Amino acid sequence: MASTTIPLSEAKTGMRLVLTGINVQGVLRRRLLDLGFVPGNVIEVLQKSPLGDPVAFRVNNTTIALRREESSQIFGNILGGE
Amino acid sequence: MRMYTIALAGNPNTGKSTLFNTLTGLRQHTGNWAGKTVLTAAGEFVHHDVTYRVIDLPGTYSLYSNSADEEVARDYIIFEQPDVTVVVVDATSLERNLNLALQVLEMTNRVVLCVNLMDEAKRLGVHVDVTRIRQKLGVPTVAISARNRTGIDELLEQVEKVASGKIIPQPVTISYSAEIEQKIKELEPHILRLLGTRFPPRWIALRLLDGDEKLLASLKAHLDTVAAPGLKEVVPHEQISCH
Ligand SMILES: Nc1nc2c(ncn2[C@@H]2O[C@H](COP(=O)(O)OP(=O)(O)OP(=O)(O)O)[C@@H](O)[C@H]2O)c(=O)[nH]1
Ligand SMILES: [Mg+2]
Repeated sequence: MASTTIPLSEAKTGMRLVLTGINVQGVLRRRLLDLGFVPGNVIEVLQKSPLGDPVAFRVNNTTIALRREESSQIFGNILGGE
Repeated sequence: MRMYTIALAGNPNTGKSTLFNTLTGLRQHTGNWAGKTVLTAAGEFVHHDVTYRVIDLPGTYSLYSNSADEEVARDYIIFEQPDVTVVVVDATSLERNLNLALQVLEMTNRVVLCVNLMDEAKRLGVHVDVTRIRQKLGVPTVAISARNRTGIDELLEQVEKVASGKIIPQPVTISYSAEIEQKIKELEPHILRLLGTRFPPRWIALRLLDGDEKLLASLKAHLDTVAAPGLKEVVPHEQISCH
């Protein structure tokens, strides 16, 4: 299917995405996987802080805030009629 | 009296300390944030003429060396080798909770899965199919509400069976890509030769492949401490206990 793959840092509030890849290595990668940033998992963009960084995401029923540094290295396909 | 050790593992805030208190009658702090367990607490209770020592481990999402809490929990399970590890999961967030449960199942088969907060799940209209979880994971699985003290008898029954060896759980084996499986196969004989069967060779192989240096450091420290006093003590200890 021709869905657009974008980094989470480019996703807008309210968007839901299926994760496709995590371009982070080492301990931080492990951390992200443990929190549910796993390819195939669906995440939702909850809200941006006033300065746009960090951004809150809903993953596995939990709210996780990520900085652009990390969210720009996590990729997903936009779900639904965006 | 016989004595078994059981460890309570699980994500933060799944009710481990509440269960600990229910079992031991002690008052380990519980609650959302202020009640977070940072050190392991130990208590005891007696069931069917057997003493159980309960260890309340800090709650973690993982056991892979991201934080001191995780190292405490991991080292306890792998080095102290409790007779049973009770993995306490939140019935309302199983998806998130099962990550840690699977990690524990890779380390030991002596596990009872304890699905807690069943009252909360019920309130939210979440149905948990305990039988299906048991079948899929291959370990005894019990639904409880630690706060309302429901399901505790069933939990104790399963803990007793696993502790005494009456049940030997056969947890599901998580298979990895062909490449990783091949590497595990290459590593396992070396691990067995070096460490024997004290630690699960497949798990050690996976940690090595993951480049988990902290685990290696812990392992080395552990082997140094058990080897050193052991050499001096072995003979006299045996004699004293015999006569
Ligand atoms: N509704 C409901 N709440 C529960 C139950 N068990 C525990 N709780 C509540 O969940 C919260 C967390 O419980 P704790 O026992 O502190 O959780 P914990 O797993 O020890 O948490 P950490 O030490 O941070 O890992 C507390 O407010 C408990 O009262 C239960 O069966 N039902
Ligand atoms: Mg606790």
